Amino acid sequence: MTALLALMLRDMRLAMRVGGGALMGAIFFLILVVMVPFAIGPDLNLLARIGPAILWLGALLASLLALDRLFATDHEDGSLDILMMAPVPLELTVAAKAVAHWLTTALPLVIIAPLLGLMLNVDIGAMRALVLTLLAGTPALTFIGLIGAALSVALRRGGLLLAVLVLPLTVPVLIFGVAAANAAITGPAPFGPPFTILCALSLASFVVGPFAAAAALRHGLE
Amino acid sequence: MADATFTRAVAKDARKFRVFDAHSERTDGLMQLNGNSLVCERGGRQVFRGVSFSLKTGEALLVTGPNGAGKSSLLRMVAGLVRIAGGTLSLEGGDAEASIGEQAHYLGHLDALKPGLTVAENLGFWAEFLGPSSLDIKPALDAVDLAPLADLPAGYLSAGQRRRLSIARLVAVPRAIWLLDEPTSALDATSQTRLADLMRKHLTSGGMIVAATHGAIGLERARELKMGAE
Repeated sequence: MTALLALMLRDMRLAMRVGGGALMGAIFFLILVVMVPFAIGPDLNLLARIGPAILWLGALLASLLALDRLFATDHEDGSLDILMMAPVPLELTVAAKAVAHWLTTALPLVIIAPLLGLMLNVDIGAMRALVLTLLAGTPALTFIGLIGAALSVALRRGGLLLAVLVLPLTVPVLIFGVAAANAAITGPAPFGPPFTILCALSLASFVVGPFAAAAALRHGLE
Repeated sequence: MADATFTRAVAKDARKFRVFDAHSERTDGLMQLNGNSLVCERGGRQVFRGVSFSLKTGEALLVTGPNGAGKSSLLRMVAGLVRIAGGTLSLEGGDAEASIGEQAHYLGHLDALKPGLTVAENLGFWAEFLGPSSLDIKPALDAVDLAPLADLPAGYLSAGQRRRLSIARLVAVPRAIWLLDEPTSALDATSQTRLADLMRKHLTSGGMIVAATHGAIGLERARELKMGAE
């Protein structure tokens, strides 16, 4: 347990320091959301209607941004070799890295989402539900992306491959995330069912992600 | 690394104790690392075949041969980082539950250091991740003479200093087998002597060393495995 904690702290420290990717995603998210009203025009009703979808799309793209460095840096400087030789199972190592990645890249997105929601004229009362869907759904994005990050290291291809691999797999998360947020804002469909499925997607990715990523890394040995 | 640490580790997890504290095993008996007609394939090409060796506690094996003979691949194979395409690799007398890689240190061409972290943070992380958390990294930093630079980000270190910092990882976390790939590269004469001393100390305290090298690394009684001479 101390080993995993040490790994999480190291990854978070690296992300916070200069050159780390912690705030890059949040700033990208900010820029994307701020540009939308300029592109669409100041139609408040339209913005309110598509607000949740824009926030979700922004979160999805922003969380992809730093993902390709998740294993690539450790691979390039030889750390990955040593990580794989530890008595800690590789699945747990990989999961600890994913948790650290979520805390440094996705959690800031969730925190600034209400502020950006204001720019898109999202109803204040519905903001809590919207943040809740992001909080429940972004872990799924990280843990699905984990598989792509491991594969792109194993196959020695960079960022674009990652996007091509990961984005199709995140479609269900996007559908149910936006559905739950819209249910809370406009109704009439209930908030519960899509939100529960969103939670289920996150939980399933907790289980599948680390195992698939560890298998990909082991397979990519050589 | 007081006895109290070990006792606590035993109480907490008997298996971890055996893995992490390989040096205490020297009283348990001899370890023997055997490779039997090993075959290595990388990228669909056969790198070497029929490589056999045997190494006992307190012995060093120098792997020599021309470029591309598969010296690094052999080391990575023992570390568990390259698939064994044929033959067998076994460790007698070690921890039966742990893989060979978990009982070995691998010092490769890459230093496994983060330029954004300080010297102490880099070493401290590896000590915590690989060994019991209560390990003190100060003696290891002293052993490679980097203690005065402990608070400097590793990005500012020279190539030789980076090498020494990654050697400190071997000293900080006790493991029985050292796999060293060109350990003397980038090291000056003083550091090479210091490394030779560390290796000798490791051998006398019951360790094993497999080193891939082109030149002498300062070990007198080492055996040699010539590769690429088919």
